[in-house]
Amino acid sequence: MSRPERMTVREMQRIAWQIRLALVEMFGWGKAHHYGGSLSCTEIVTALYFHAMNYSAAQVDDPQRDRLIMSKGHSVPTQYAALALLGVLPENELATIKRLGSRLQGHPDPHRTPGIEAHTGSLGQGLSFANGVALGARLDGRRFNLYVVLGDGELQEGQVWEAAMTTAHYRLANVCAVVDRNRHQSQGEVDRLMAVEPLVGRFEAFGWRAKRVNGHDVAALCRALDALPEDPAKPLAIVADTVKGRGVGFLENSHVGHNSVLTAAQYHEAVAGIRNHLATLEDI
Amino acid sequence: MSPEATRDGFGKALLELVRENRQVVALDCDLGRSTRSFRVTEADPARFIEMGIAEQDMVSTAAGLAAVGKIPFCNSFAVFVTGRAFDQIRQQVSLPNANVKICGSSAGLTQGPDGATHQSVLDVALMRSLPNMTVLVPADSRQAGAATRAACAHRGPVYLRLSRHETGDFLPPDLGFELGRLQVLREGTGTLLIGCGPVMRNVLDAVRSLSERGLDPGVVNAHTLKPFDGTTFARLARRYRTVVTVEEHSVLGGLGTAAAEVLAELDGPSPRLVRLGVADTYGESATADELLAKHDLDAAAIAARVLAIEGKAKG
Repeated sequence: MSRPERMTVREMQRIAWQIRLALVEMFGWGKAHHYGGSLSCTEIVTALYFHAMNYSAAQVDDPQRDRLIMSKGHSVPTQYAALALLGVLPENELATIKRLGSRLQGHPDPHRTPGIEAHTGSLGQGLSFANGVALGARLDGRRFNLYVVLGDGELQEGQVWEAAMTTAHYRLANVCAVVDRNRHQSQGEVDRLMAVEPLVGRFEAFGWRAKRVNGHDVAALCRALDALPEDPAKPLAIVADTVKGRGVGFLENSHVGHNSVLTAAQYHEAVAGIRNHLATLEDI
Repeated sequence: MSPEATRDGFGKALLELVRENRQVVALDCDLGRSTRSFRVTEADPARFIEMGIAEQDMVSTAAGLAAVGKIPFCNSFAVFVTGRAFDQIRQQVSLPNANVKICGSSAGLTQGPDGATHQSVLDVALMRSLPNMTVLVPADSRQAGAATRAACAHRGPVYLRLSRHETGDFLPPDLGFELGRLQVLREGTGTLLIGCGPVMRNVLDAVRSLSERGLDPGVVNAHTLKPFDGTTFARLARRYRTVVTVEEHSVLGGLGTAAAEVLAELDGPSPRLVRLGVADTYGESATADELLAKHDLDAAAIAARVLAIEGKAKG
């Protein structure tokens, strides 16, 4: 199946903010949701689905599709919103998230949700899973790309580094890790809780190529992702510097919005703020 | 040549399966020659995936392999693969009902000299608790081969408990193997002995000496602990005054518990249950036979318990 038509950077910027709007609207008010990490990775998920990946609604079950594995599974709402924009999920289903009987679980469940690839959310397991898919495909002489979105707090899980060794050891150069470096985890600032830097140096020391980009700059993300097939021997890690809670002012740059409840007033403020930003993107 | 252990029958069967089925792959954590998974390289080195000493990474990687149609067999010592990687098995194998086979080698006290850190006496309890998981405990090398084939043919997660204890083949050669079915080795009266794994050899030795003393115990081999064949077990158990379970595992969560769960829910009179096994404790360094004797799992101790139950003095 051929790669879908690529989008302009402008179009992708709009999509990233449409995803933000969809996130806040699906979460509503009065219920706890993972705002911070979902809002920080919207440009990452946009650049993957709408630029880097060989993926479309027609390819959900295509064995040759590229795969996005949301290893920081609590940010799966961003993936749901993107899948709705791709036409994989009906948009009016987003509001059912986490309700009894919904296909949209609190954490990724490929048995229930089309477009979801792996059970993740118990942190640290997504990269290993991607390695297994890549090894299995290699045994069958097939090749496609695997993109694993990792949280920066998630990098505290030792299994991530076991997996990083495996990716490099088996030269799985079609595996790409994107770290959503939003600097805040559940209980506070990542580097105060358990420091994870220097990330580029750590990935390089594990045998990866590593790049650092502004994770809200879609063009920069696309350029970094385009480097995936450059070096056939080494996997690629992209450390994407982001702002936790990006787009909802009162949640930005804080762990408070990691898993939080909005009041009705806060909800309306958040929706208005995102709509205002979307309007500026229309005007450009 | 020394007598075979269940790991040997497993290794042979796995090699045959790799030859027969291109989807079968083996993963191991630096123990391939001990677990016998390394035999896969005799057929196809590409389908032996060395993971280094990283059990968690191995299990999650296997889940990825299963997602693209492979039938991965994950190998390490039972204590590590079930304990250290329990969350990966729960999240990425049991919950998704993934077609991953977890092979726990050197299980039980008979791991021997390495001591308590390496002796797995809780693995069956852990694996039985997981939805979708099938739990197999073959008794001898021939049965381990059959269990390995059954694990491969079964679509879904399987825990295969394997041992290095060199008992040789002792079950009747024509016994067959049907996943999920108890094997009645002897019908009798009074006491029913039900066991699993290589310690079945001691059960059969005990039954021989009991028969010589005029007793007539029944004997059942339980190679599948989940799904446990409760229907057959209940039907058999009702014919006896006492049921004795024998396992090289903690009495909490293994065969003894599976039997207790069935007997506790029986409608009507139920036989007395006696559980022989590791009494909620850990092992230590010693030879396999010394440890079995210390934990009352050698033939003499099993026979003595049955004699006591039947009201006959020891010796």
